[in-house]
Amino acid sequence: MQKSPIIEVRDLKKVYRLGSIDVPALRGVTLDVAEGEFLAVLGPSGSGKSTLFHIVGGMLAPTSGTVRIAGLAMSELSDAQRTEMRKTTIGFVFQRFNLLQTLSAEENIRIAQHIAGTAGRDGGHLEHVIRILGIAHRLRHKPHALSGGEQQRVAIARAIVNKPRILLADEPTGNLDSENSQAVLDTLTALNRELGQTVLMITHNPEAAKYCANRVLQMRDGRIV
Amino acid sequence: MIQRLVFRNLFHRPVRTGLTVLAVAVEVAMIVMMVGVAEGLLQESLRRTRGVGADILIRPYISGATISTADISAKLPDLLVERFPDISHTLGVTLHTPGDLQTITGVDWDELEAMSGGVVLFEGRPYEAPYEAVVDELYARQRDLSVGDGIELMGHDFEITGVSETGKMSRVFIPLETMAELQGWQGRYSLLYLKLDDSSKVRGIIEEIRARLPDRNVSSVEDFLATVTTDVRQMSTQYTNIIIGIAVVIGFIVVMLAMYTAILERIREIGILKAIGASKRLVGTIVMRETLVVSALGILVGYGLSLAGRELVALKYPLIPVLIIPHWLAIAAGLTIAGSIAGASYPAWKAASADPCEVLSYE
Repeated sequence: MQKSPIIEVRDLKKVYRLGSIDVPALRGVTLDVAEGEFLAVLGPSGSGKSTLFHIVGGMLAPTSGTVRIAGLAMSELSDAQRTEMRKTTIGFVFQRFNLLQTLSAEENIRIAQHIAGTAGRDGGHLEHVIRILGIAHRLRHKPHALSGGEQQRVAIARAIVNKPRILLADEPTGNLDSENSQAVLDTLTALNRELGQTVLMITHNPEAAKYCANRVLQMRDGRIV
Repeated sequence: MIQRLVFRNLFHRPVRTGLTVLAVAVEVAMIVMMVGVAEGLLQESLRRTRGVGADILIRPYISGATISTADISAKLPDLLVERFPDISHTLGVTLHTPGDLQTITGVDWDELEAMSGGVVLFEGRPYEAPYEAVVDELYARQRDLSVGDGIELMGHDFEITGVSETGKMSRVFIPLETMAELQGWQGRYSLLYLKLDDSSKVRGIIEEIRARLPDRNVSSVEDFLATVTTDVRQMSTQYTNIIIGIAVVIGFIVVMLAMYTAILERIREIGILKAIGASKRLVGTIVMRETLVVSALGILVGYGLSLAGRELVALKYPLIPVLIIPHWLAIAAGLTIAGSIAGASYPAWKAASADPCEVLSYE
């Protein structure tokens, strides 16, 4: 029997209302992501890929359609249940890293554990993640003292430290130079291939998508094409 | 970890945090000082009345805290001594309270010393001539007066002949006859103090005097002080409640604005926390914890300001005693924390309700 996808998106539509004008961002997106798969969604600015990222991540409600994460329909979850899902099932990596500037690199990772209630009982997973990402020597530094690539690796560490079943990455190399971009893509690829981490990456960079994804979907004007 | 984030957030903007702490501290100090001044003035007044050493006080039926009249006959003391042999000393005084509310007392110095057991003069001598005066040390210090200086009282020039200890009846003393001449009060007193050989007979003698002098207010000094305490506290409570209310409202507004500004500035951080799974409750708790830390620091600084304020007032205005009352330190802290929590409620709700998607979309 075939295993059901960990992400199921069906006929997803999102319309933003700007004053009296309706602006459709998603016009009926349907896709599946299997557990352990690395899917890249490729598209230009305004194609609706970031809207898809936020809806799949439970941070934005769709206008219509369904999203099921690990079998649970997001629309049927309460706000608290969606928060719980973000805490335990989904890890986020953002284009602008989004680290807490007042905390050190290590504290940025540990706070995710604290919020999830796994601090101090992860069986050495934190050290393992830090080793995989090669950031052990930068843990005591604040984000402003880290390079863009280092900040993004800290953000990836924070995203996966609670062993989420899905890693959502929104333009993870969008703010990085080519060298750091390569390092981050290598890290995401390694996480997928070595740890079996499911990854849904949003990007506008075709080379990045082809480099690390098992499958690439193209988006344009709110549709998968 | 959350506590560490709370402290880092506060120290990330030291000026804003410092100003908020200072505002909370001023709120605490206002409450403590306001109550301290009211209670200090009352206790100082009670101490001076007790310092007379009398058992019974006869006064006219008047309302208000000050007396500027004299309608007790100067013949009354002799009549009372004749009727009640247990009366060992009598002391008739006249009181005048001018515009500056500093009561001037006309009294025979020898009789005052006899009743009170002696009044220490730190400097000079008692008055001997009509336009001479004795002031207590706090009055002398506030007005920068010493023996030999001139002072204008009731529109007349007096020469200071002595500086007395404080806590004995009044701060400014002049001869009884001089007051009578200036006010036209010859042969009359404002108040009459009685001292008994046997203080256990106070109640009985009071009852008898009341029966004979129904138009006079006759009471033991202790009852009089209890009445004054109740009356003054009733009056000062309304006044201090207004000041306390203003202080709490100011604290509320300052904390609300400070935390609201902090939330607006850190809205992205809040979005990040929510994106990684922080609940509304946790986000609200972080805001509240920051508020409580600021309040706690403000309370401690406020206690320090209160102590410093007391010393400053004592130095600059010696006539205004400030009593730091321990249970009011706790009340001020409680009011401050309650006001701060109320002030932080809206910012905390705003932070807890922040939409992570909207916040993080400001790329």
